[in-house]
Amino acid sequence: MSEAPGKPRSFQEIILRLQTYWASRGCAVLQPYDMEVGAGTFHPATTLRSLGARPWAAAYVQPSRRPTDGRYGDNPNRLQHYYQFQVLIKPSPPDLQALYLGSLEAIGIDMSLHDIRFVEDDWESPTLGAWGLGWEVWCDGMEVSQFTYFQQVGGHDCRPVSGELTYGLERLAMYVLGIDHVMDMPFNDPQAPIALKYGDIFRQTEREYSRFNFDVADTGVLLRHFEEAEAECAAILAHPATDPKTGREIVMAHPAYDQCIKASHIFNLLDARGVISPTERQAYIGRVRTLARMCADAFTTTEAAGAEAAPAA
Amino acid sequence: MPDLLIELFSEEIPARMQAKAAEDLRRLVTDAMVEAGLAYAAAAAFATPRRLTLAVQDFPKATKATKEERKGPRADAPDKALEGFLRSTGLTRDQLEVRADKKGDVLFAVIEKPGREASEVIAEALESAIRNFPWPKSMRWGAGTLRWVRPLHSILCIIHDEAGASVVPLEVEGIRAGDRTQGHRFMAPGAFAVSSFEDYQAKLAAAKVVLDPAERAEKIWHDATQMAFAQGLEVVEDKGLLAEVAGLVEWPVVLMGPIGERFLDLPPEVLQTSMKEHQKFFSVRNPATGRIEKFVTVANRETADDGATILAGNGRVLAARLSDALFFWENDLRKVKAAKEGMGGMEAMAAPLAAVTFHNKLGSQAERIARIARLAREIARDVGADPAQAGQAASVAKADLASEMVYEFPELQGVMGTYYARAAGLPEPVAAACGAHYAPLGPSDAVPTEPVAVAVALADKIDMLTGFWAIDEKPTGSKDPFALRRAALGVIRIVLENGLRLALTRPIAEGAKANHVDAADHAGPMELLVPDLLGFLADRLKVHLRAEGVRHDVIEACFRLGGQDDLVLLVARVRALQAFVDSEDGANLLAGYRRAVNILEAEEKKDGIEYSLDPDPQFAEAEAEKALFAALDAADPAIGKALNAEDFSAAMSALAALRAPIDAFFEDVVVNADNAIIRRNRLCLLNRIRTVMLRVAAFGALEG
Repeated sequence: MSEAPGKPRSFQEIILRLQTYWASRGCAVLQPYDMEVGAGTFHPATTLRSLGARPWAAAYVQPSRRPTDGRYGDNPNRLQHYYQFQVLIKPSPPDLQALYLGSLEAIGIDMSLHDIRFVEDDWESPTLGAWGLGWEVWCDGMEVSQFTYFQQVGGHDCRPVSGELTYGLERLAMYVLGIDHVMDMPFNDPQAPIALKYGDIFRQTEREYSRFNFDVADTGVLLRHFEEAEAECAAILAHPATDPKTGREIVMAHPAYDQCIKASHIFNLLDARGVISPTERQAYIGRVRTLARMCADAFTTTEAAGAEAAPAA
Repeated sequence: MPDLLIELFSEEIPARMQAKAAEDLRRLVTDAMVEAGLAYAAAAAFATPRRLTLAVQDFPKATKATKEERKGPRADAPDKALEGFLRSTGLTRDQLEVRADKKGDVLFAVIEKPGREASEVIAEALESAIRNFPWPKSMRWGAGTLRWVRPLHSILCIIHDEAGASVVPLEVEGIRAGDRTQGHRFMAPGAFAVSSFEDYQAKLAAAKVVLDPAERAEKIWHDATQMAFAQGLEVVEDKGLLAEVAGLVEWPVVLMGPIGERFLDLPPEVLQTSMKEHQKFFSVRNPATGRIEKFVTVANRETADDGATILAGNGRVLAARLSDALFFWENDLRKVKAAKEGMGGMEAMAAPLAAVTFHNKLGSQAERIARIARLAREIARDVGADPAQAGQAASVAKADLASEMVYEFPELQGVMGTYYARAAGLPEPVAAACGAHYAPLGPSDAVPTEPVAVAVALADKIDMLTGFWAIDEKPTGSKDPFALRRAALGVIRIVLENGLRLALTRPIAEGAKANHVDAADHAGPMELLVPDLLGFLADRLKVHLRAEGVRHDVIEACFRLGGQDDLVLLVARVRALQAFVDSEDGANLLAGYRRAVNILEAEEKKDGIEYSLDPDPQFAEAEAEKALFAALDAADPAIGKALNAEDFSAAMSALAALRAPIDAFFEDVVVNADNAIIRRNRLCLLNRIRTVMLRVAAFGALEG
């Protein structure tokens, strides 16, 4: 493997090696989506781009937030803010498993010494109205990635099928670097003049957000924002496809989807605040799913999804 | 005669699906072969994580040619008739033969089917099997439309005999069958060709793949037990886990490692569950102490360092998992030990359940627990438990649902309750009831036998049933989301296997009343709920006893007597009745009973009156009639005495004495006599037969 000899020394080196690896395998390396999301799957580069017939290949890091997982920075591997590395290739190539295993070698996992296993794990996202079949990938008994063949997203059958890989970066990096507590993990080169550990960067924010998420976030405001995002999403999509100003066909699937993402994150915050009962929980998930479906419906009518361009007016 | 080898090579097949998939492949292909006329001597199917394999031995090279003749319409028949015949035979008019018949010329179809090459039949069978494979869940991949459990990469399909092997020509969605396969993903990744099943199995073994799942399981178990034995330890048996692990590897390599000292005081159930659920590890026990001290993991490869890296990695993952478990355990213990007064500790643990919805129409978990506690106190008297202890046990039995450990490992509910109740200093019967009250969970699960646990277990299930009955959420067809059938069977088994003499109407009515008050929205009047639920229990009892060969109509005949809410008594009656109707006396008496009732009902209908008066022996004319009076007079008190003594066999014997007099009566006596008084008296006599027999069972419900 020419690109990655030896063991990586830091968290960021693992990220860089993954990016380099997937770039060399033909993926467009994108940047994180600029909104709060619960997982890399929510990035429109995955959710929306897995729909429609157009081929797609993208890889990116996505900061992800799970307010209920906050532990004030004390827990060795639970964080309310963490990173996922996400790869989405449509149609899924026949050698995706081999490509994936190559990425593990690229970050310094020696295949001749480790035990890699594909263990059944079907993926379902009730908020996105999405599901797929695949595995969690184990390295010496530890889950290092999710590997999924998308079957349905936003209520639409995926044709062709996308292959999705999700690496939980902190956990994977801790394993590769041999670190037991996430906060002790070198973020940059440990030999650098200013060596920074994960904790130097995130211990403070974990504390602040844990407090905020659990006890401070204003639930009245959040509830209102949820309703607003929900209403806005529907309102955006209610506009006629033909833009009265330019006369062009412009379906606003992405702006609407931003509101869906927003509603989803606000729901997660409300959940962390403990103000959602189990029965209400289902109802909220159903409301976000409705938005995701509407956005998926809209996206499939666009050129980006491979729909026939409407004849010029 | 040739043999067949098929291998369907794919990405990793879920372990739990492999055994059935191999069997399905065998069934689909061999059924189609037999159907087409290719009988075979033997077939065997195998599965590994990446392949399904089928080997079929000794079948003919081709199917036999067949010739079938069918007679059609007359040559001058209308076009309509001809068209139908052509359609059904698949021939054209000029292919038909005209043959002279007595009535003129008749058309004949001669359909000749030449023998088919085995390879053609097999290609068709395999393609159909692949396209219609009954996976529990299947998927598409790439841009294709084929469905398989995970992407299908290659098809190996060869027919081979002494002369050599040939590939069966077959292509499914761009995958062309060949004679090549691959070895172990990491240890021997190259592709190679095979020429027979023996060759295939040998080359796979050389390429680090053990084809037979039974062989893999055996190797795992053998190596694990040997390794443990060498250190004076024993592996905790777990057949389900063994089968699963054997389905996760093609080349099993067993490794044993230590569990960190600081985790060894965790309850063995916690260690076992955490290791099994998260890591698929076997637990290794020290037989001297009963403690679980080591783990066994099964890797899918050999390594240059003899698995040292793999074992170290697994150990680290386990330590992280058990740190979590230890953290939960210590937090939970701290909570229940905080207030040892009475049941303060467990109550503190249970407090959050007030905010947990059990069902939105049936209130919170805390409300449900209060109902169960009241009911458990009621039931306690009937099952020989101390009512105060039963109530206390019910109040704390579900407290562990709010513990951190059970939040993480829901399957430990109850088990943790027992540990925590002991830690809180509660009496042992109360602590034991926490763990035992969920039982029985399945048809083969043991029922609780300690009186306190029995009271709580019954109360738990009866509250569940009456609650969902109160809001009209009964099981329908295959839908039983709240597992109410299981709850009903649990009640039945606890009562029967403990021989509990308990009139179920009372606790059910109590449960119904409590739930009726708590239910936010109830469906119907409570009076209907109790008999309806008892009927449901009777249905479940029928299913339960059917397994023992008891006829459902026999149960119905007893249940229909009404007031049958003492299941022990009901089942005693059912068994006696079953024995009776299986006897010659019983069968004949039943025939006599039917004859009597048929005549009686026909006459009652005709006359528009009921012949329900006592018949008078002074109007008896015939000897057989007098004898029947005497027999009924004798049987009636005998039956009464037997029933009072709950001796149903004796009651049946008393009935058996009626058989001969009833037979003789119908032999010698005409019921519809000319004399109206005598006729009426005889009809009343028939009614008396019915009444007497009805004391024992509703014979009208019996079939056949």
